[in-house]
Amino acid sequence: MQVVVFVKATPESEAGEMPGTELLTAMGNYNEELVKAGIMLAGEGLHPSSKGARIKFSGKKRTVVDGPFTEAKELVAGFWIWQVKSMDEAIEWAKRCPNPMEGESVLEIRPVLEASDFGEAYTPELQAQEERLRGKLP
Amino acid sequence: MTDVHRTIETVWRIESARLIAGLARIVRDVGIAEDLAQGALVAALEQWPQTGIPDNPGAWLMATAKHHAIDLIRRNVRLEQKYETLGRELEIEQELREENFQDNLDQDMDDDLLRLIFVACHPVLSQDARVALTLRLLGGLTTDEIARAFLVSEPTIAQRIVRAKRTLAEARVPFEAPRGAERVSRVSSVLEVIYLVFNEGYTATAGEDWMRPALCEDALRLGRMLAELVPNEAEVHGLAALLEIQASRIRARVNSRGEPIPLLEQNRARWDQLLIQRGLTALARAEKLGAPLGAYTLQAAIAACHARARTPEETDWARIVALYDALAQLTPSPIVELNRAVAVAMAYGAQEGLELVDELLDEPSLKNYHLLPAVRGDLLAKLGRSDEARAEFERAASLTQNQRERALLLERAAAQKGT
Repeated sequence: MQVVVFVKATPESEAGEMPGTELLTAMGNYNEELVKAGIMLAGEGLHPSSKGARIKFSGKKRTVVDGPFTEAKELVAGFWIWQVKSMDEAIEWAKRCPNPMEGESVLEIRPVLEASDFGEAYTPELQAQEERLRGKLP
Repeated sequence: MTDVHRTIETVWRIESARLIAGLARIVRDVGIAEDLAQGALVAALEQWPQTGIPDNPGAWLMATAKHHAIDLIRRNVRLEQKYETLGRELEIEQELREENFQDNLDQDMDDDLLRLIFVACHPVLSQDARVALTLRLLGGLTTDEIARAFLVSEPTIAQRIVRAKRTLAEARVPFEAPRGAERVSRVSSVLEVIYLVFNEGYTATAGEDWMRPALCEDALRLGRMLAELVPNEAEVHGLAALLEIQASRIRARVNSRGEPIPLLEQNRARWDQLLIQRGLTALARAEKLGAPLGAYTLQAAIAACHARARTPEETDWARIVALYDALAQLTPSPIVELNRAVAVAMAYGAQEGLELVDELLDEPSLKNYHLLPAVRGDLLAKLGRSDEARAEFERAASLTQNQRERALLLERAAAQKGT
């Protein structure tokens, strides 16, 4: 299974403060461990939301809102994509991460949805329809 | 199972390979190393529910196993000459004293892991034994998981592993990474095992499911691990590239009923672009390291031709034919010729392809290979020779062991309208 691991933003990361050498080194080592174990598929750090934008949808209307956005803890400062056996394994690896921020911080692990996750409601007929529809996409 | 037990199980899966590898360097016997590691696991199961999970569970397991190793060496002086035994004890105790030995010994740990892989895939072992031992020691799979993956009973796998460890001990296989001329053949033995595991997951040779993706993921992980441990071997990256690109299609190659969808009919929007990118990067690394290209790199390059094409029509079939030419020269085999014939048919027309396929009809090794009549049926159908095509699809269906594939072939046979 694949999981996305989000590094939640902090006021400092939103202010554009870059991590120090010590943290960068620790993170580098941790990433190396992930790569060596064959579980890391991708990972990136993100600019603060002041450089981002949101597209708001309301019916057919689209509104572009430029950053920054408030509520730092609801924002994301970086992410990984891992291939793991289970959520347990993802949690175990995440616990080994050096604190990704200088102060308090949060990692959030979210498993990537697979067809089988939709359960019984997602009948073979619906799945077949989905496949047909997807087949028509460019 | 309690949370602590689940955590212990997970820690084991993450740590066991490095644990066994580090211990094998000390006791110079993979079997004893695994016993020691298991002993540490048992100790964790007894203690952690009370004491809680240590901050560095890997280091805890290693320290515990090393204490067991010292006990074992003291008890069993026959294991080694006494003089050597004393030296070994001091060595372990020294390591235990070094506080951050895990950080300090990172490079050593990599070397130990690599040695363990080479030993698990040693040519003195049968192919089956290499696969079981590699999944067990490097993949952290339980015997039960391996048994289920290969549809054999658990005692069979357990016995296979016990025998393999005994064979290694009896043959006095050193715990070393091979050097010089031997290295090339030993590396390919490792690659072979990883590819075999992947293929059993990718196209199961038996059973109800046509694919077992978990096995593919195990193989991919081993392949990625190896690419980090042996960064200078082109073919290691070639295999990694091949596996990443093939795995990128896993979601697209079965329909909701679990039936296979042929490559050219797959919905390319469902291919995993992340894995494709990883595959192309690994391929570039392999190509940069070594000319002439090896067999895995060539196959990866072929897979990359498909991965780069946004639609089946965009496929560069002429390049694929050229790559199969190179592959046929390097590793001549009727299977490669059959694949080449398919590419020729796509590049230059069904008739040209069929002529090449017909040359393979008397090939003894393909006599019971279901893909020969399947390919022939496909080309005959394209040429409008429906009756012959139907007979070939039926023949192919009777030859495959896989039930899903059989169903698909019978469907294709039924779809051929009589002339």
